[in-house]
Formats: sequence, structure tokens, C-alpha cells
Amino acid sequence: MDQRISLAHGEGGELTHQLIKDVFLQAFGHQHHTQLDAAMIECKSKQLAITTDSYVVKPLFFPGGDIGKLAITGTVNDLAVSGATPQAITAGFIIEEGFSIKQLKTIVESMAKEAKNASVSIVAGDTKVVEKGSVDGLFINTTGIGFVKEKHQLHPERIQVGDSVIISGTVGDHGIAILSAREELGLLTNVQSDCASLNHIIQELMEEVDGIRVMRDPTRGGLATTLVELCEENHCTIELDECSIPVRQEVEGACDILGFDPLYLANEGKLVMIVDTNQKEMILEKLHNYDVTKDATVIGQIIECQKEVGKVVLKTPIGSTRRLFRLSGLLLPRIC
Amino acid sequence: MEHLTHLADPQTIRQSLKAVIQLAEQYKKENGRIPVLMEVCGSHTMAFAKSGIKTILKDHVQLIAGPGCPVCVTDQKSIDAMIELSKDKNRILCTFGDMMRVPGSRFSLMDAKTEGKDIRVVYSPLDSIKIAQENPHKEVIFLGIGFETTIPVLAVTVQEAEKQALTNYSIWMSTKLVEPVLRELLNSKEINIDGFLLPGHVSVVTGKNNYNFLAEDFLISGVISGFEPIELLRGIYKLLHLLLNNKIDIINDYTYMVKNEGNRVAKKLMEHYFDYHDEAWRGIGVIPKSSLILKESYAQFDAQKKFHVSLSEPRKTKCRCGEIIRGMITPEECVLFNKGCTPLRPIGPCMVSTEGTCAAHYHYMREE
Repeated sequence: MDQRISLAHGEGGELTHQLIKDVFLQAFGHQHHTQLDAAMIECKSKQLAITTDSYVVKPLFFPGGDIGKLAITGTVNDLAVSGATPQAITAGFIIEEGFSIKQLKTIVESMAKEAKNASVSIVAGDTKVVEKGSVDGLFINTTGIGFVKEKHQLHPERIQVGDSVIISGTVGDHGIAILSAREELGLLTNVQSDCASLNHIIQELMEEVDGIRVMRDPTRGGLATTLVELCEENHCTIELDECSIPVRQEVEGACDILGFDPLYLANEGKLVMIVDTNQKEMILEKLHNYDVTKDATVIGQIIECQKEVGKVVLKTPIGSTRRLFRLSGLLLPRIC
Repeated sequence: MEHLTHLADPQTIRQSLKAVIQLAEQYKKENGRIPVLMEVCGSHTMAFAKSGIKTILKDHVQLIAGPGCPVCVTDQKSIDAMIELSKDKNRILCTFGDMMRVPGSRFSLMDAKTEGKDIRVVYSPLDSIKIAQENPHKEVIFLGIGFETTIPVLAVTVQEAEKQALTNYSIWMSTKLVEPVLRELLNSKEINIDGFLLPGHVSVVTGKNNYNFLAEDFLISGVISGFEPIELLRGIYKLLHLLLNNKIDIINDYTYMVKNEGNRVAKKLMEHYFDYHDEAWRGIGVIPKSSLILKESYAQFDAQKKFHVSLSEPRKTKCRCGEIIRGMITPEECVLFNKGCTPLRPIGPCMVSTEGTCAAHYHYMREE
């Protein structure tokens, strides 16, 4: 019979110790940082980047990933798009009583595998077990720290008219993959989540090209919401060309049926960047070398700077433009 | 991998647009005003706004959104009734996601759910049958809204409930039919319409012949259209062409989906389970024989017969959805638009629904 998590696994006693030993240490390995109550990290730069995110995705397993992989890629990418090299991650688990230990192992192994891919260590963790019904299966929180090299500092203040907007691939894949996996929609697609760590690619770009003004990972709220926020913060106007935004045919089809807009669907392995237009070819060439960014393309440009209110406008195929706003009033909970 | 281009390349779309504008200009020259066309279907309203067609044509063709958003025309009392029904712990209420945030007289179904009432969003009415099977000790009630596109699915749902001899399942029918509301609009003479862009999805069920009354009784033309920008432009072009040639006709321009006689199987199912009913439309009032309800022989599945709900009159707000649904004003003319009323805090149904006119203007035609 499949072993299950009981409340005793969260009491801090023998069962907790066993769970940590059999599940977590098995996957994450003993860290030399963990001889004290807190992990010790050697500081390698003047600037430390820190970020935290909680993962409550439903279902826990979906095409292209699972909650464990997502808990690493999400935090790694948040660090990476800020110009930081991810160093260490902590992981907090809130587990529902009765959760399958086998499934927990699979998820934890998936975290370990992705952490290895992204070259980050999982240095500290915490496990809590709550009564049945208090959470839905498993929630994970990860906090990540990274160091920012002097050379990797981003310069959004250098954004100027004519700069190009680049997206690293098709938009909306994660959102549709999750919706398909939920089955309740009766939606059958073979769309995989794009969930992937992008830190190595980003670091290579930062080392080898100049002219990257700012980067974001367009997760919840999608490409549109991410760019609206970016424009508001940096007081600039982006004009996007709808025809050039890459969308998988299956994603577009699912959106047509369900009434969603791919521009507002979540991505978990995409990078959107504003770059000096003179550098765009070189950046695209580098991105095209990697499978997860092989569809990278220019989707728009900066048309105004130093505006009181920054905004995003979309040029439609018909030739008219409309303003894009933040995601508003769409019911799509628990996608990450 | 594809790009967001929708059935036709941008160049073809722009050529079609040019052709439409040319005809519209000719119309203006001959009539001293721009033509007024109504798109009946909420999905057309959304597509016009999203594609930018409505904005780009605004000086050439007046496009008025019609009463074809099922959520928008659902009477407030149906929502109030569902909230009232949800107060009993032995009941599970099911509805479509779009209905959740539509304000009733005082609360929305979402508010009731937040308070702990068992209200579930389903994507197909058939999912509510499954819930009834899984919860044999609870009454499962489905709020059945929709036009002819959805009504056959409700029929199939009743058929399934009948087959499984479910005793804990019923539907609160609040359906709507297209023909009666178009007759009502035209008879009211509140607005002048030169032609109709007719709903593609509804027509799949009803068929092209269902609209012959427009030409025969009202001398107005209509074109059944698909939903892609190129199809919408072609629909407008064909309507303008008829107007300029003083011809009256009903054209099926969605031929790969719509037949003259419609979907016979679906129609038969509807006939089998449902009877005509005088229905209250939100913002319009009661229209005779404008909906379908369960026949007396299927009363066991009719929530309105199974449960007694007493309701008070809906509270009045400054919301002008009624006039918007009838095509009399644009959303921007309502004082609440984008101020007191947004998709997150909607006052009226047109701001909530993914087919609502206010939502279309809020998401796709707003400057600020």
C-alpha cells in the first residue's frame, strides 16, 4: 500500500526526521551549509538579489512539469531576469495529511533535478503537515538568493525610442497546458508547459552582449500585464505588432474556444527583454542556439520615452491600434 | 508555430477593410449618413472590439451591439433565486463561470460562494449531472442560461438525468431565443437598424431559414457571419452591397458551419423536452414566447417547480445595461463605465460577461 503523510510527519520528532532523511536529503543531498540552524553562503558580490514565491499549482503534475520543477524554475528565473546569478534556494513544504509519500518523492526528485540543471543548491528547508482539507495536497514556497556581478547590472534608465522588444518564444503555453491538465474543460491538447530555468542562457547573454536594458519573465498575467507594468515603471510606451507575437496553433485554438487571450496567459519559461535595437540580431542569434529560446523574435519597439504614464499599445493585423491593460477579471486561479 | 494572424494574412484583411470603407462612403454619399448595422451576437461584439475593426470603422459604419450575450440578458431574479436556493446546506448549485460575478439584486453568486455556499462552476451542463451522481444525498441545481447554442446541450443534460433516473437533479431554466428579441427590438422602433450581422453559433442550430422573418416582415437584410476579422469584414461588405443595390435578403456567409434548416437533431431534442415560455429579459422586460422551459412531463427536472423561492423586486442602480443591450447607448455614455463599474467590481452584467458590450469596450477600446 502506498505510504501516506500523517500529522506525525510534521511533529518535529522521529517521523519528521525519517521523512527528511528518506525523502528530502535523499534527493537534495547533504549540504555543507547545513551544519548550523541556518545555511551559510559566502558572499561573492556587493549586491545580493533575493526573491520568494509560493507554488499552489493545480494539478500538481502537468504536461511539461510538476509543482517541484516549477518551484525551482520560477524562483531561478526571477533572480536571473534581475541580472543575478542564482546561488541558493530554500524550500518550505506545506503538506496535506494523507498525501502520498511516493508522489512527494517524485516531486522532490523533480526539484533536485531542476536545481542541478540550473546549478543552484537547495540549502535549507522546512516541512509542515496540516489536517486533511486544510491545503489541497501540497504547497511549496521557495526563496532564492543570487549575486549580481557589476557587469550584469541592468539599466532600464537607458531605454530609448527605437529599442526593440524581444520575446524568447511562443506565449501562453503554460496556461493552456495547465487548463488541459485539469481535464474539467474536456480540452485535449498536446501543449506542454514551457516551464524551464533560463539562468544559463541569460548569463551567457549578459556576458557576451551589451545593450540589454531590462528583462522580465512574463508569468501570471502574461506578456501583456508584464509589459504594462514594465512600461509604467519606466515611463515609456511600447508598440507591439500582434502579427509578430509567436503563439502555438493549439494555444490559439484553445483560446478561441475558451475565450482567453494568449497575451494574458501565464508563461513559465519565457523571457521578454528590451534591448538596444543595434544589438537585436546578435541577441536573437544567441537565443536561437538553445532549444527553449529557439523561437525568439522581435515583437515590438519603444515608441515613446519619459512619458508621465507609460503604456503598451498593440497594432492589430487590420492596422488599427488598441491599448493593452493589466489582466482584469479573468478567472484562472492556481496556475503556478 | 503560428503567429496571431487569424485565417487571413494582414494584407488581405486590409484590402477587405478598404473595400468595406469604399462601399460605406458610397452609402454615405447616397443617404447623407453612415449605415447602421447591428451585430446580434456577443462574440461578434468582442471580435469587433478586439480586432480593432470597430475602432477603424467608426467614421464609416456604425456598429451597434445587440442583445446576444446570454449572461447580460439573464434576469436578476434568476441570480437572486439561485442565491436564495444556495442557503440550504443540502443543495449544490452549478453554473457557468461567467455567471459568478454578475450582480444580483444585492449579491453575486461569487459573494455567496465566498460566504461558504456550495456553488460550483462547470464548463458543461453535463458536468453537473456527474456532481448529482456523486452527491446522491444533495439536491443539485443547474442555472441553465443561454441561447439556441446552449439549449440543445440542456436538452441532452435532461435526457441524461432521465436515463439515469436522477431524483436529486434539476435545472433552473433561464434560456433565451433570438427571433423573439429581434422582433421586439424592431417593433419597439427605439433604434434605426439598416441591417443585421447574424450570429454564427446560434445559426448552426437554428439554420438560415430562421431569419427569413427579418426580410419578410421587417424588410431588413441579414448576413450570418463567422468570427474571424476577415469573415466579419466580408459580412459587413455583403450587407452594404445589399443596401446599395436596394435588395433585401438573408445571406448565409458561414456556410462551412450553417445549413438552411439548421441542426435537425438539436431542434428535435429541444422540441421533445421544452415548451415556449414568456421570459423576463434583463433590461428589456417580459417578451412573449422568448424562452424555452421544461415540458410539464419533465417537471421533476424543473427547479422552478421543484423549489419555492420568494423574491423581492431587484434594487435599482444607475447601471444602463438595459439600454446598452437594446443598442440605444454605447458603454461610454453610462456614468458608471470604467468608474464605478469595472470587470473586477461590476455593477451590470455587460461588464462581466466575456461577450458583454461593456467588457468589450473596457478590454479593447479604452484609452485610459
